[in-house]
Amino acid sequence: MSMRTLAAASALAMIATGALAQGATNPETGEALAEDQTFSYRVLDEFPSIDPGLIEDVEGSHVARQLFEGLLNQDAQGNVIPGVATDWTVSEDGLTYTFNLRPEAKWSNGEPVTASDFVYAWQRAADPATASPYSWYIALMKVANADAVVAGEAAPDTLGVKAVDDHTLEVTITQPIPYFPQMVTHTTTFPVPRSVIEEFGDQWTQPGNMVGNGAYVLSDRVPQERLVMTRNENYWDNANTVIDTVNALVINDETQGLTRWEGDELDQTDVPIGQYPRLSEEYPDEIHAVPNLCTYFYHVNMREDSPEALKDPRVREALNLAIDRDVIVNNILAAGQTAAYTLTHEATAGWEVPEVPAAAMTQADRNARAQELIAEAGYGTDGEPLSLEILYNTDQAHQQLAVAIGQMWKQTLGVDTTLANQEWQTFLDARKNGDFELARAGWCADYNEASSFLDVMTTDNESNDSRYENPEFDALMEESRTAEDPLPIYQQAEEMLARDLPILPIYFYSEDFLLDSTIKGYPYENAQENWYAKDLYRVAEQ
Amino acid sequence: MLAFILRRLLVAIPTILILIVISFILMFAAPGGPFNTEKPLPAAILANIEARYGLDRPYLVQIGSYIWNIVVHFDFGPSFKYRDQTVSGLIAQGFPVTLTYGSLAFLVAVVLGVALGIAAAIRHNTWLDYIATGTAIGASVLPNFVLAPLLVIVFTLWLGWFDAGGWSGKGWDAAVLPVIALSTSYLAAIARITRSSMLEVLNSGFIRTARAKGLPMGRIILRHALKPTLLPVLSYLGPAFVAMITGSVVIDVFFSTGGIGQYFVNAALNRDYSVIMGVTILVGVLTILFNLLVDILYAWIDPKIRL
Repeated sequence: MSMRTLAAASALAMIATGALAQGATNPETGEALAEDQTFSYRVLDEFPSIDPGLIEDVEGSHVARQLFEGLLNQDAQGNVIPGVATDWTVSEDGLTYTFNLRPEAKWSNGEPVTASDFVYAWQRAADPATASPYSWYIALMKVANADAVVAGEAAPDTLGVKAVDDHTLEVTITQPIPYFPQMVTHTTTFPVPRSVIEEFGDQWTQPGNMVGNGAYVLSDRVPQERLVMTRNENYWDNANTVIDTVNALVINDETQGLTRWEGDELDQTDVPIGQYPRLSEEYPDEIHAVPNLCTYFYHVNMREDSPEALKDPRVREALNLAIDRDVIVNNILAAGQTAAYTLTHEATAGWEVPEVPAAAMTQADRNARAQELIAEAGYGTDGEPLSLEILYNTDQAHQQLAVAIGQMWKQTLGVDTTLANQEWQTFLDARKNGDFELARAGWCADYNEASSFLDVMTTDNESNDSRYENPEFDALMEESRTAEDPLPIYQQAEEMLARDLPILPIYFYSEDFLLDSTIKGYPYENAQENWYAKDLYRVAEQ
Repeated sequence: MLAFILRRLLVAIPTILILIVISFILMFAAPGGPFNTEKPLPAAILANIEARYGLDRPYLVQIGSYIWNIVVHFDFGPSFKYRDQTVSGLIAQGFPVTLTYGSLAFLVAVVLGVALGIAAAIRHNTWLDYIATGTAIGASVLPNFVLAPLLVIVFTLWLGWFDAGGWSGKGWDAAVLPVIALSTSYLAAIARITRSSMLEVLNSGFIRTARAKGLPMGRIILRHALKPTLLPVLSYLGPAFVAMITGSVVIDVFFSTGGIGQYFVNAALNRDYSVIMGVTILVGVLTILFNLLVDILYAWIDPKIRL
């Protein structure tokens, strides 16, 4: 039984094993524990927010997962396990979820965590007055009335969530969602303490004011420098928590992060770009490359006013085939990324990547086919000269890829490329307005399900910067929502994208990091990398 | 004198107002906004957020209410990017940090720079002058984004004397590398200005008279040459001091000091309008104050100048 499953154990099991006193050894594995149970990790930038209702980034949700606990948690593989809720039932039509909350759950100020805390949190996240950038998540969960509340057309208390009693939460949704329990592991659904928020307003997340129900409490926060969390004595499972202090150090420069990791100031830091091969020789036991649910691709501008050549499917296919992804992932990036011919990340839960034609060929075949296609279309080496512009946000890594891909197109197809880089906000603006021919994108899943990728390409999606408008594709995605088994539909959608090529998929991300070898219990197999400090522990050095 | 100070402070008010208006215009002219991300927000949600921060109002109303809140409530508003923080809070947290390492760097730069410049001038065209001038030129062409990593390689990785970064909860030694990295180029500039100014002064009539009278060289330098030498240095020091105590993006980002220097660049890239305005006003006010101080010092040093 790993630490993670231990954490998953119900209250009953905990009572059965007795309160596990913190000792010199891990009660489950018998490993000798280090005296200093501190875990320090690097973050790139100050957290935009650590208020569960406002969080919009991964780093902020890592912090919220320590300071708060939602209905359900994830284990080391990303499966749902009990959190504040011990179990749940679903009505026959799949539209009503009833969660039973554990009575011993407490806020860090000693007050009990009740169903009405969840009701308040969900209403608050959806309320336009809160102005949460993630209020759409409540709507995404299909909670009844969410769209109207978010749009300000209905009062927040009309949201489809209610407290039946202190320990029973009832959620009404408008469409059956098979992965709904997975969705309530997300930070937007975490409970927040009403009395504290009403007392301190915007300042409730400051150290000293903040009250949470997670395994840790916020003890210090210096913007752009550090955030410190220490044990919450009131946490229901505190007896099984091993790490005493969690330090998040803000270090903008990744090379500095590495220096401070090597100086033992940090337990975890990211691998700087291009350093993976060297570091994996130097620290083979401490370097990790795990899948990260993001896909790197190029948007092809499909708008009316885009270049004629790009409207020709043969040209798009030729461009797609001529990208040698193996060179990109093995020689340029060389840090655990994998070649992508489709949009949905290969490690997505319940996903099987369909074998699209381009993926099945060898690069030599791809190049040969690409040359045929570009010749048929009348461009390239023997045809009309074609020059395309690749737009990316200013960044060395994006530039390297654009240069490499430009070279591949030049060599294989005789197509010229020019590179255009823009500062981030300018780039987003240009891409949104369609001022590009080809533009890079890195899309990350909001939840571990294929639709989190595929929805991007639907006509109405705000992020569909290619402006791919295919009613058949939209219909497939609509159908998938109520399907018993959506997998074949998703695969069909991918095949449609691979045929129409409004995007040129390039690679699936991986997350590369160095983790001190004395830190155990890290959820390497959780594709969303949702780690819980209460499941980590530090063993004594051998 | 008092009238002069009063007059200058009165002029400062429209100056700051113009600064605010120009910054606003530049900010609104820049593409994008504080709430644009890789994943665009649904229109309804974006509208909610913009309403929350008052960005849905006409530009003139936004500028007006911004100035009103500062004048009446001394409220610089919340940060748009770091939503748990207010602009005043971020500055209150970060300014003491940059003030500390910036003042130390200023002291180092002035003391060593002036000493180096004087030494070079007195021993004009000797090996001392060549070394001092060479060092000064070398230091001024070495940007701090090159110097900072070099310092870390030498003092952290090789010698192991100092940590590579961090600030709060650390001792005085956390300031050493930032101070060296920040002061070097200023030191070089001060040394060069001091040297050429001193050379000019040493060639002037009253010094020749002093030497003809047989005064010892040390006395000539300290009593007669130093004050006029420092005049051009002083006009450089005012803006330099402001630049140093408001930190440097390179120092803050590289050494993770948590100072406000990083906001000058980050806030602009993030389109964090309120933080951009906050740091711009801070630098504006400090610049006006220290230029005034420099003018007062001028009059004190040079009796020919009347305020």
